[in-house]
Amino acid sequence: MIELWLEGVGLLAPGLPGWAAGAPMLAGAAPYVSAAAVVPASELLPAAERRRAGLPVKIALAVGQECFAHAARDPGATATVFTSSSGDGENLHRICEALSSAEREISPTRFHNSVHNAPAGYWSIAVGAREASTSLCGHDVSFAVGLIDAAAQVVAENVAVALIACDQPYPEPLNGVRPIAASVGIGLVLTPRSTPKALAKLRIDLVADDAGYTPLADAQLESLRRGVPAARGLPLLAAVARGGSLRVSSRVDLQYTGALKLRIEVAPC
Amino acid sequence: MPPLAISHYTVVNCLGRGRAATLAALREQRSGLERCRFAGTNLDTWTGEVDGLDAAPLRGALSDYDCRNNRLAELALAQDGFADAVMVAGKKYGATRVGVFLGTSTSGILATELAYRRRGADGALPADYRYAGTQNAYSLAAYVQRRLGLAGPAMVVSSACSSTAKVFGHAQRMLACGLIDAAVVGGVDSLCLTTLYGFQSLGLVSAQPCRPYDAARDGISIGEGAGFALLEGVAQAPGAPRLLGVGESSDAHHMSSPHPEGLGARMAMQRALDMAGLAPSDIGYVNLHGTATPANDASEDKAVAGLFGDTVPASSTKGATGHLLGAAGITEAVISLLAMQHGFLPAGLNTRERDPQLRTRYLLQNRDASVRAMLSNSFGFGGSNCSLVLGAAA
Repeated sequence: MIELWLEGVGLLAPGLPGWAAGAPMLAGAAPYVSAAAVVPASELLPAAERRRAGLPVKIALAVGQECFAHAARDPGATATVFTSSSGDGENLHRICEALSSAEREISPTRFHNSVHNAPAGYWSIAVGAREASTSLCGHDVSFAVGLIDAAAQVVAENVAVALIACDQPYPEPLNGVRPIAASVGIGLVLTPRSTPKALAKLRIDLVADDAGYTPLADAQLESLRRGVPAARGLPLLAAVARGGSLRVSSRVDLQYTGALKLRIEVAPC
Repeated sequence: MPPLAISHYTVVNCLGRGRAATLAALREQRSGLERCRFAGTNLDTWTGEVDGLDAAPLRGALSDYDCRNNRLAELALAQDGFADAVMVAGKKYGATRVGVFLGTSTSGILATELAYRRRGADGALPADYRYAGTQNAYSLAAYVQRRLGLAGPAMVVSSACSSTAKVFGHAQRMLACGLIDAAVVGGVDSLCLTTLYGFQSLGLVSAQPCRPYDAARDGISIGEGAGFALLEGVAQAPGAPRLLGVGESSDAHHMSSPHPEGLGARMAMQRALDMAGLAPSDIGYVNLHGTATPANDASEDKAVAGLFGDTVPASSTKGATGHLLGAAGITEAVISLLAMQHGFLPAGLNTRERDPQLRTRYLLQNRDASVRAMLSNSFGFGGSNCSLVLGAAA
């Protein structure tokens, strides 16, 4: 069992434009109405990088910026864990199309955007972060993979770590073999100690049980959770939102790898 | 963080299959690079291709994972008794207590590139294309975990060319938290058109076998390979070599060019030394990232010479193996372990005249030396840096 604190949240998903607006809906205190996610162009990036940045970079920067503002913490001095199932699907599609043509020419920008750590690279340039940063993938359970990895870093190194999870749909024909329902981003600032900004205390256990994952009460939100790997973090956010408004603790079970799930006890601060 | 035992390890690349093949080639100062003959390419370059992968499909229950990258993983798992050693560890600790933390940069993207050439009239991908088992970066960890009968934490790190160095840090943190008792680390990268044509588009591919730290260096040679290591507590394998330190940093500079002063590189090396509790003078050899692009070697040289001066012997082994991209970290960690165990320092190959602008003490010939600790560098796109400090058995 490991123990840590959550002190900032960023959120971008259909009908959930930020933590302040999304928290009451996730807590069940306000009706959830699905609406296309609006992904802003980040003013954090220098002009050249802003032109080159793909959709996952924009989602990552938006939720990253929001969670750090929420935590009132310096992103330039904080380690990061990025996690994504898909990477940049549009970019992958364009590269594979070009490579299946006779010319096989791809542009330098397409190529450097193809690395799974593109959001991490753009983020570190945008905020001047020289701390450690990693970029993970766990297919459907990418969120849980990122959460336990970030939590282990918080505890083992006694430092704050931001987790930034994002996914977005592939274009056809990849969408046909790997449907991802929507663009979703979640940012969490995690700390080894309670701070005045702490929202919740998290106790995370690895439990040998590969069933019984915590669903979302709202049917539309539940279909979002099932349809987007990054949205599998929403039950944790719902527990934080409920804890904040109702002062209740709750337990969230997230599917993890192998025969394991993450059991997270969420206690409001 | 406490040291860890590297109780088993193996490697496959263009030098051959298993530790003995790589060791023999290093001893003989023999490169495995050849003129590029990779299917579907027409590039004037040299590559480090692994033979026999086309004829070794994955069959049976795990056939959904069949792609060049996972075939290369399988080939490496079968060398040096590695798979058997992990299965013993799985029984000893329990299947959920052995983590699988692997790196790759391009996973099975070749399968997607090939599938795009076989799209139907409606544009759909062919029915035999398996996304999750090939293209998705996690496919490597999923395959290896199932193949080894493990059921615990698993993930893929995909941070370009630092991926399989960083996996050591991930494993170390999970072990330190008591979430696991042992970990399989390492990873695989395999040739594909995306990297061959992508690096070409950046003007970073040489038309000759790559010449790291040479005055006339003009780019990389791309290779493919796989490597794995089993990490356990030191008390469980006291006679094994050790992971002493991991240092990670970000450049915050540019997506595809290193920081010109090597700032991130130096920070990663310093952090690895700090964790190991060692001074620069304790390091007997540096395995350089040394890709042979003008910018990489100049930047890394500033960082290495700045930290170690011009006295610590160093080389890049990419002249022998090519740049294995996401698999470079584990491959060069294994090369460092082999060199330490067998008492020699490997020369950098293909380098005719050391760049007089560079200060690092770059080895052009193998040298016999008994060394207790080595440092290995891996730096990647996006400014992702990782250095490892490896130590001899106590």
